[in-house]
Amino acid sequence: MVYDILYFNKHHTSYTIHHTPYTTHHTPHTPYIIHQDFKTMADKLFYFLSFLALLSAMMVVTAKNPIHSVLYLILTFFCLSGHYVLLNAQFVAVVNIIVYAGAIMVLFLFVIMFLNLKQDDEEAKTNLTKIAATIVGGTLGVILVAVFRKAQLGTYNPYSFNSQVGMVENLGEVLYNDYLLPFELASVLFLIAMVGAVMLAKREVGDRHF
Amino acid sequence: MLEAGFIIKSLIILALFGLTLLIATYSTYAERKVAAFLQDRLGPNRAGPWGLLQPIADAGKMFFKEDFIPSQASKWLFIAGPCLSMLTALMATAVVPFGDSVKYTTGPNQILTVPVQPIDVNIGVLYIFGVVSLGVYGLMIGGWASNNKFSLLGAIRAASQNISYEIPMGLSMIAILMMTGSLSMGEIVSQQHGGNWNIFYQPLGFIIFITCAFAECNRTPFDLPECETELIGGYHTEYSSMKLGFYLFSEYINMFVSSAVISNLFFGGYNYPFMDSVHQFLTNNLGAIAGHNVATLIGTVVLFGKIFFFIFFFMWVRWTLPRFRYDQLMNLGWKGLIPLAMLNIVLTGGAILFLKPLITALLK
Repeated sequence: MVYDILYFNKHHTSYTIHHTPYTTHHTPHTPYIIHQDFKTMADKLFYFLSFLALLSAMMVVTAKNPIHSVLYLILTFFCLSGHYVLLNAQFVAVVNIIVYAGAIMVLFLFVIMFLNLKQDDEEAKTNLTKIAATIVGGTLGVILVAVFRKAQLGTYNPYSFNSQVGMVENLGEVLYNDYLLPFELASVLFLIAMVGAVMLAKREVGDRHF
Repeated sequence: MLEAGFIIKSLIILALFGLTLLIATYSTYAERKVAAFLQDRLGPNRAGPWGLLQPIADAGKMFFKEDFIPSQASKWLFIAGPCLSMLTALMATAVVPFGDSVKYTTGPNQILTVPVQPIDVNIGVLYIFGVVSLGVYGLMIGGWASNNKFSLLGAIRAASQNISYEIPMGLSMIAILMMTGSLSMGEIVSQQHGGNWNIFYQPLGFIIFITCAFAECNRTPFDLPECETELIGGYHTEYSSMKLGFYLFSEYINMFVSSAVISNLFFGGYNYPFMDSVHQFLTNNLGAIAGHNVATLIGTVVLFGKIFFFIFFFMWVRWTLPRFRYDQLMNLGWKGLIPLAMLNIVLTGGAILFLKPLITALLK
């Protein structure tokens, strides 16, 4: 992988991480991949990122301090971005970081810092809440297991699969050719949400400034 | 097994890392000298000839000062704050091109071309944007962990300022991306070959971008997170010793990185007028490989000249303009720069659709 990242040239417009071709034949434009070594390295990275993602996701829930929860959530997003890079979807990886880690989480942190929560302010949980939470969580767990037990994993032919499908050029072409209408409708939805947020936050005439 | 290209690339990355740190170190010296020049003083002149050893003396002082952690502070986050600041500041240079390419003979008729750029990912501009948007965490976490009202206010100011100015920055980049049709930094720079710089097509975008760069670096006139007349020291009020040093140092690294990005996006990077004749002259006189490498070196020197000019510009503005008020800052960002940036996008789109075919038709 190191070789692949470093030997970038201008014709090959990305550092590609070939996840699929675990074969010994060399692709013409990236002659420096040693596929066997790479397989183990991608696997190690996958397991490391998955472990870190699960651990930090657990910590989001179990951390006492809400600020720590938010920071663990940011770490989870980074792990997910790492997975996207391993799947050769660099655009999604970076947009995930810009939007979630760079903007939404900053706002989360911002609001929680203002709330000034103290550890002893934690609301007492009654037995009824605990029982209800256990039932709801357990039901969700059962549903998840039931769904994924019989799930069929999609299979790909490593020889015909286009590993460049997650690149920004391909993504843009698919988005603006095949999915133009849903994409534009989603934009309209966002616009409406923005206008609504501004309307809600706007002060009425005669309102005081704080 | 190490190959020649691998070694060259590693050397380039190491040299750029060292250069970043060296330039940031001497930016602190330059800042004080520029301040002294603009205020008609002498500036540091005791440590070494012309005060040249002053940054090293400062660093030594920072290291040997007492490292104090407030008793009510959140200890690990207090330490993590300056580390994150340094980390995000140093990450951004990974995709910035610092020169054309180095050629190297690996065997008979085998020439290896290694670009003088740590990595050229096809989403380079977005990568820089992502790293910039992460830069605020160091300030926020440090400010919150200090358990001090003024630090918290500084942190909150930093967060809202950073988020507000990211939007016009991204929008002004979009106009560039519409022109070049690529997100790769290497591609954007190579399209500005010779004197065909983006600044001539995007003057409005450049003004928006550099304003946002000032805000993202927390430089005067937008240094409200550390505004000492209102907030003592802002987010770094409780910091001392090298932790404070890291915060201050990361600001200079950010300044270097933004200067490099501005030079690359708008001022052609390593491109300069008549570079083809220089390249021709050098390859004729020194041979294909040595001539190309010398031409690359000249391009890199030109790029660093541009970067130094922008670092000077940052300092020049700092010692000329007073600080904005906070509501003025927000009004400028949301009501001034964002509509301007959108107007710029519309103008660029219109020019690409109508003006460009017209000009090409007229030239025929």
